Amino acid sequence: MPRVEIRFAGFGGQGIGLLGRLMGEAIALYMEEKNAIMTQSYGPESRGGASSSDVVIDEGEIAYPKATHYDYLVVMSEEAYHKYIPNLKEGGTLFVEENLVILDDHAKKAGKILKIPATKIAEEIGSSLYANIAMLGFFCANTDIVSEDALKKVIREKVKARFVKNNLIAFEKGKNYKG
Amino acid sequence: MTSELLKAEEHPSDVFLRPGRIPHIWCPGCSLGSVTNVIIQAIKQSGIDSKKIAIISGIGCTGRAAGYLNFDSFHTTHGRAIPFAIGLSVTDPERKVIVISGDGDLASIGGNHLIHGARRNADITVICVNNFQYGMTGGQVGPTSYEGQFQTTAPYGNVEHPFDLPGLAYSCGATFVARWTALDVRRMKETIIEAILHKGFSFVEILGSCPTTYGRRNQLREGLEILENFRKRTVLQHGADPTKTEISKDGPIIVGKFVEIKDKSTLTDNLLKVQRIAKATKSRGL
Amino acid sequence: MSKTIQKEEDRTVLTGEYFTTGNLAAAEGALAAGCKFFGGYPITPSSEIAEHMSYRLPQVGGHFLQFEDEIASIVSILGASWGGWKSMTATSGPGYSLMLENIGLGIMTETPCVIINVQRGGPSTGLPTLVGQQDIQQTRWGSHGDYEVIALAPNSVQECFDLVIVAFNYAEKYRLPVTLLMDETLGHMSEKLIIPKKDDIKIINRKKPKDDPSSHLPYKADEDLVPPMATAGEGYRVITTGLTHDERGYPVLDAETQEKLLRRLINKIKKNKDDIILLEEYKLKDAELIIISFGISARASKGAIELARKKGIKVGLLRLITIWPFADEHIEKLAEKVDNILVVEINSGQVTREVQRAVKGKANVHGVLKHGGTIHTPEEILSEIERRVK
Repeated sequence: MPRVEIRFAGFGGQGIGLLGRLMGEAIALYMEEKNAIMTQSYGPESRGGASSSDVVIDEGEIAYPKATHYDYLVVMSEEAYHKYIPNLKEGGTLFVEENLVILDDHAKKAGKILKIPATKIAEEIGSSLYANIAMLGFFCANTDIVSEDALKKVIREKVKARFVKNNLIAFEKGKNYKG
Repeated sequence: MTSELLKAEEHPSDVFLRPGRIPHIWCPGCSLGSVTNVIIQAIKQSGIDSKKIAIISGIGCTGRAAGYLNFDSFHTTHGRAIPFAIGLSVTDPERKVIVISGDGDLASIGGNHLIHGARRNADITVICVNNFQYGMTGGQVGPTSYEGQFQTTAPYGNVEHPFDLPGLAYSCGATFVARWTALDVRRMKETIIEAILHKGFSFVEILGSCPTTYGRRNQLREGLEILENFRKRTVLQHGADPTKTEISKDGPIIVGKFVEIKDKSTLTDNLLKVQRIAKATKSRGL
Repeated sequence: MSKTIQKEEDRTVLTGEYFTTGNLAAAEGALAAGCKFFGGYPITPSSEIAEHMSYRLPQVGGHFLQFEDEIASIVSILGASWGGWKSMTATSGPGYSLMLENIGLGIMTETPCVIINVQRGGPSTGLPTLVGQQDIQQTRWGSHGDYEVIALAPNSVQECFDLVIVAFNYAEKYRLPVTLLMDETLGHMSEKLIIPKKDDIKIINRKKPKDDPSSHLPYKADEDLVPPMATAGEGYRVITTGLTHDERGYPVLDAETQEKLLRRLINKIKKNKDDIILLEEYKLKDAELIIISFGISARASKGAIELARKKGIKVGLLRLITIWPFADEHIEKLAEKVDNILVVEINSGQVTREVQRAVKGKANVHGVLKHGGTIHTPEEILSEIERRVK
């Protein structure tokens, strides 16, 4: 497998950093022969504003840690979509939170567009906070980058104990969502 | 009982002074020699193992005291004796760390550390010898100079208001606060013994005589004149409200043991408590 | 009745595999090195180190203190070090500036301790949340007076852990404050960290005096120019001063004493350069052009080397793991092999000028420079490579 670059993007408070963190950890610690690096945008604000996180995956040593030409772009806000779509590789895969993003002609460069109402799914479980994990389940089901077991393992380890159950439900719903 | 003249090659305090360091650099008429002697007597009579004593100084005339004393002694940078003392003190709860420094060092450049050291109730003793100005650098005005005091950077008289050091230390959280003049050697010694045995932040201000750079610009040419002036103006008032002890040019000088609070937890107490909690806490991973 | 004494669980070395940030790895490295005291002041992008130390140090019998400023922080760790505890602080540019006077005190009093500078863009408040590598020369020359320092620059999360331990070892061995030059990207990025078993970690502790306290000369050095170090409370009547001092530790303010003391303080680093300088050579054997870089910039450089080699351009990298003392001799030798050397760094040429000095005219040295806010992309470096080999 050659180098793969993923960018997750949305607004502050959606758990974009956690998405990258879980993905990176699942790959780095539990997917044999694969390395991963996670970096995230880091600004003075804690809530609101644009937020993004990158996961770079490779089999050998990863030299350059940041994502610049995305194989996968996962957008959970309109702003993020417009900001980052220019850096999606020609033929790359675009994951979209369909109720928060209206696509335009730029999306045509994507080889594949996968849409999910992640926030709505999350709200049905009880809180929009689970939207990121619903997206993660959806991403997992539609790519062959990371195993379901690895992701569930890190969710159990990294998410606060009292939120694990609902996050795993969100993950399942995302995973099973068919457009 | 007949008294006998002791014949000795050595002074009984020699063992507490670094061999070969005397004579000191202090001027004739300066009170730092007698204050240092009082500190030695106090340490001796406190009964504390001399290995457990550490002396920390900043920069300035008083700051030289650390280098003369034959304990673990640390001559640090200007103003920074207190954080050095805190770092050293927390490594051994039984260690007695004594800061000896001047008013310019502790209350001006080191003022932030003084107030935060007091706030933490850190387990250190701070002995501040106040000579109302910067002596070593040539008599510049300082944070304890009173209004109208003449110094090399106040040729028309000081235009600022002074810090009242006992009031400052107390209001920031010090749990032992006292003031004496350099003349009050017996009471000073008793207070310093109490201060170093006190748990928590103890602050002792000693009003010192500096004829060279303070006295001669302010009609107090000799060291003795400064002490005589202190004697005339001194009012003994144990338990005085330390927010009402400000020193002016000619007003009374209130001295005594002003504050002793015994039931406030100290920094070391609290750090050791945190260790107990932390050791019982499960690791949360990285 | 016999009583079973429950041995307290040793939590200093958390052996295992983790996916974590450079800042947390550095904090764990410090604990593994035996650090027991952290005095610090919050500053982006280093604060996670302080936060993690506040959580971890009390678990291992140490103390964390948040001070009123960076000046108190650095001074407190000097105090703790004389109490016999390995000690550390962490900061970023503005805080490092405030610490400099007392880093000088640490050098003069030969006090082992570690300072981590997670560099951000400057000058002044600059770019608090974004990367920079602009404190290289400040680390070398920032405190007043004349002295030698040791500074190390990790380039991965794993190295943040490993090099903090090396920093402590150097600090203890050579008795001085050692700086770890990290940067914002490294501090905040996550990758795999392997924490080895405690027994597999090499630890160096300061030499202790063995002579009689009554005749002990605290600043009389051994052959390696480093004096053994007593700790407060041991009966040696420890003495320190920032003033020029003789072997007894007494202030002696004359030219002769100054000459003797400074020569020793400088030479104890200079003469042990071979032990202190750590370098990584990457694809240098057949290289027609050499990149010299360090820290996160070295990773961007490796990315560029991959791209260049795909195009048939033979480029190699010399990565400075030890920045100070500078690898003069090594670089001069490399310069004999190539016409051009590129120096990739996120500042206006602070290492470039050192390389220019070191090559003694034997190669052309070109800086590939940025002023902070982002790291180089491999493409940016590649275009410089192509410009120099055409």
